[in-house]
Amino acid sequence: MTMHPVRRQRLILVLVLVTLSSAAVGFVTFAMRENMDYFYAPSAFAAGEVPVEKRIRAGGCVVPGSLQRADKNLEVQFVITDGEAELTVAFDKILPDLFAEGEAAVITGRLMPNGILRADQVLAKHDETYTPPEVAESMVSHKSCAGGAKI
Amino acid sequence: MIPELGHVALIAGLLLSFALATLPIAGSYTARPLWMAAGRPLAFGVFAFVLIAFACLTIAFVQSDFTVDYVAQNSNRILPVYYKITAVWGGHEGSILLWLLMQAGWAAAVAMFGRQLPPELSARVLSVLGMVLIGFFLFILLTSNPFDRTLPFPPVEGSDLNPLLQDPGMIFHPPLLYMGYVGFSVVFAFAIAALLGGHLDAVWARWARPWTGVAWAFLTLGIALGSWWAYYELGWGGWWFWDPVENASLMPWLVGTALMHSLAVTEKRGLFKSWTILLAIFTFSLSLLGTFLVRSGVITSVHAFATDPQRGSFILAFLAVVIGSSLLLFALRAPTVSARSVFSFRSLETFLLGNNILLILIMAMVLTGTLYPLLADALNWGKISVGAPFFNLFFVPLMVVLCLLLGMGIHANWKSSRWDKLLGAWRLPFLTALAVALLWPLAFDHYHWGAVLGIFIGIWVMAASVTDIAVKTRNAKSFIVGLKRQRASYYGMHLAHIGLAVTVLGVVLSTVYSVEKDLRMGAGDSYQVAGYDFKFDGVRLVQGPNYHAFEGILQLSRDGELLGELLPQKRNYFSGGNPMTEAAIDTGLLRDIHVALGEPMERTNPSGDWAVRLQYKAYVVWIWLGALLMAIGGGIAVADKRYRKATAARSVESAQVPGTLAAV
Amino acid sequence: MSRLKLFLPLFIFIALALLFWRGLFLEPQEMPSALLNKPVPAFSLPKVADNHQIVRKEDLPREPHLLNVWATWCIACRVEHPYLNALAERGVPIVGVNLKDDEKAALAWLEKFHNPYRFSLADREGRLSLDLGVFGAPETFLVDAGGTIRCKHVGIVDDKVWQTKLQPLYEKLTTQRWEEFADDLSDSLLSRCQ
Repeated sequence: MTMHPVRRQRLILVLVLVTLSSAAVGFVTFAMRENMDYFYAPSAFAAGEVPVEKRIRAGGCVVPGSLQRADKNLEVQFVITDGEAELTVAFDKILPDLFAEGEAAVITGRLMPNGILRADQVLAKHDETYTPPEVAESMVSHKSCAGGAKI
Repeated sequence: MIPELGHVALIAGLLLSFALATLPIAGSYTARPLWMAAGRPLAFGVFAFVLIAFACLTIAFVQSDFTVDYVAQNSNRILPVYYKITAVWGGHEGSILLWLLMQAGWAAAVAMFGRQLPPELSARVLSVLGMVLIGFFLFILLTSNPFDRTLPFPPVEGSDLNPLLQDPGMIFHPPLLYMGYVGFSVVFAFAIAALLGGHLDAVWARWARPWTGVAWAFLTLGIALGSWWAYYELGWGGWWFWDPVENASLMPWLVGTALMHSLAVTEKRGLFKSWTILLAIFTFSLSLLGTFLVRSGVITSVHAFATDPQRGSFILAFLAVVIGSSLLLFALRAPTVSARSVFSFRSLETFLLGNNILLILIMAMVLTGTLYPLLADALNWGKISVGAPFFNLFFVPLMVVLCLLLGMGIHANWKSSRWDKLLGAWRLPFLTALAVALLWPLAFDHYHWGAVLGIFIGIWVMAASVTDIAVKTRNAKSFIVGLKRQRASYYGMHLAHIGLAVTVLGVVLSTVYSVEKDLRMGAGDSYQVAGYDFKFDGVRLVQGPNYHAFEGILQLSRDGELLGELLPQKRNYFSGGNPMTEAAIDTGLLRDIHVALGEPMERTNPSGDWAVRLQYKAYVVWIWLGALLMAIGGGIAVADKRYRKATAARSVESAQVPGTLAAV
Repeated sequence: MSRLKLFLPLFIFIALALLFWRGLFLEPQEMPSALLNKPVPAFSLPKVADNHQIVRKEDLPREPHLLNVWATWCIACRVEHPYLNALAERGVPIVGVNLKDDEKAALAWLEKFHNPYRFSLADREGRLSLDLGVFGAPETFLVDAGGTIRCKHVGIVDDKVWQTKLQPLYEKLTTQRWEEFADDLSDSLLSRCQ
């Protein structure tokens, strides 16, 4: 059967487009599932809702006085809180300029079986009036880290 | 008095742009040459008024007039004068004024260089630009007036320009970026004018192409400069973060790139007409969308401007009017401009179609990744962020396919090519790329197959261009004569493609072969990274014009030979705020050495140990060098003589056979 | 069918626009103080220095003053403190609201870092702070002679904040009534006071 050349071209084109876009949709769904970082507040950790050894994000206010450094290397530990529960975070790189005790921090990392969050990345932003919205929303009792501790 | 003058100039500009938006286009429908001709002086007038307003704000900054709220917020007396000038666009209001200046500048440029356009087209293009101008005038006057006074209580001293912006890179980054964003409004206006007129021919495409090219070149430079600035100023050696703000600039670039290629088909073959129109609308829409995302606070980003729901609503309404009405116009009028024709699958058209599909696909993925957190939030799926791994996962393979297609398609002819010819043309670049890709990684300390693939892609694109130039000059009397025979746009294209290859090589090599070490160092400590020895000689206190800083002293040497001293700083600006990390970088063509000072291990004891980040960045400069070549290529292509010739309308004959390839 | 296809971009855009519209109001990023231009709520609290002395709203200074929420657990307050000392030395009356704090720690702090406050209220349960709409410390309110809140600042008060935000209003309030000059104030200043 002969087909009109334009129609044939059009058919092939439509087929290519359909294949490509369904491949793209499948690919995006897969990529999204693998690479989305869910956000958890420290109380979610305490409640055992957080998967172990999976890349996640967590955030809260850094508890004043909780920052501890190792003597020899950059290894550092600190505790974050959402006003209800606390979570210990371990990190071995340079903390960002804006990191400070009593301020908000957002951590990307993996929860280790011992209950400590091993951070790949620590983000901090402490414009006095600014608290990352996720942190603000997860805070149980108040909406800002300004001052750093619970009311 | 001067700020009021600026304010009045803005209002005058708004009134003139109302005239610009209505008079010429009305003239084009009622055949009144005088009304159509009014477009040109009106465009110049609008530009003059915005220029006056911009000058007024600049004067307010130079004179440190803190009775102007915007000046008080973004400047202070001890700020060096060159930063006082760049502080004009350091905040939201001023950057909108800069945007407006460029918008009016582009309209004036169209008025100036568009004398040979058919009067109806010119009138409609200028009127559409006038409508866009009205939107920005209203935006600045209603929500973001930079001339608001702090009277009756002017502060004695201003705050400060954000220290991150006190940097030479920042002087040029926003203007270049805005030149690109705004420049796409011209091709957008051409597209709308073509829809209104129901007429789109090769002459139209020839007019639209150079404007697109210039805007694209500016946007390329702007993005590259932003990335370079992030690399050395944000302090930690990263150059792309897939941050919403970066994505917002990348998306119009991707679609703009697709548009340039589709315009080429429209000009040469009279195909892809409605597709080209749609891309022109998309490109400018995405530029506007970027502004909306950055300034409305809808998406949280590290470089977000101070956000304001009122501004967000305004931009959204503006977006809805501009994009909604142009897409509606497109839906109603596209059939009048589309053309149908056939081409073989082995033709340049097919490859350019592939290029377009891939670029749009990449853009769609970037858009999805950027908006997904917003969607999830709106539907209460939880707080989600889409990280760099998602973007890399699709961006890298799609770019690989795109580059492979590029190297193949560059040898193809319009309409149809012969298989044996194509295969013959591909052989040499393929073998060259394969050989280089297998050998080059041997020069590094470890062999990496990712690097082999990346190098293959880069060299493949480069070799394809070189081969094509060699083939095109083969039959000439001498190589030079052959070179002279080709048009400027031909060289522009190849330069841009080679630039892409250079960027690809830079990205691949720096990703695979860079070494990064975060260390705790005390005075006298030494460490070796990638064959370079770093000796830390402690930290001293230094004084800058408006800051003081701790300055680390590191001796850089290799094989016992001293290469130099690196002085990274941790700055504290007098105006307060957060400490700033100033990295010290030893730049070379083949590698950068990047050193940044973290924090003292004990806050109270700066003479003790410090956290230091030592980085060896392989071939990282190539990333921006490649972008520079791309932009120069775009610029050269625009200089092509044929764009300047006043050619009589030569409409491309469209084939009679029905089909919808053009409407894809 | 093929005509309908041309509307596809428009439909996609409309869907996106709706999403943005929703997003715009998803995170109200600032929370305006409900108490701006309202009187300080009534209270009856002991002084930090002396548990037996009860202070009421009527005991607030009869002149424009600052009401500063502070606590010893608040790191930012420690940063802010020297500046408050400097303001007090310049004669600006400041009343402290000591939020959910330990009495001894609060006294020790005032002794160690100097006391800039006319007096501090011991708001141990945080009731006054709740009434004031405070989410954390430090927060500072500018209160006029009639006991009405005229401006609020969340976070540290430093030179910049004082000069650009609080001082202009404070100085006007020392000589004029709010109603006499409120209309002349720039919108940007007022919007920052919320």
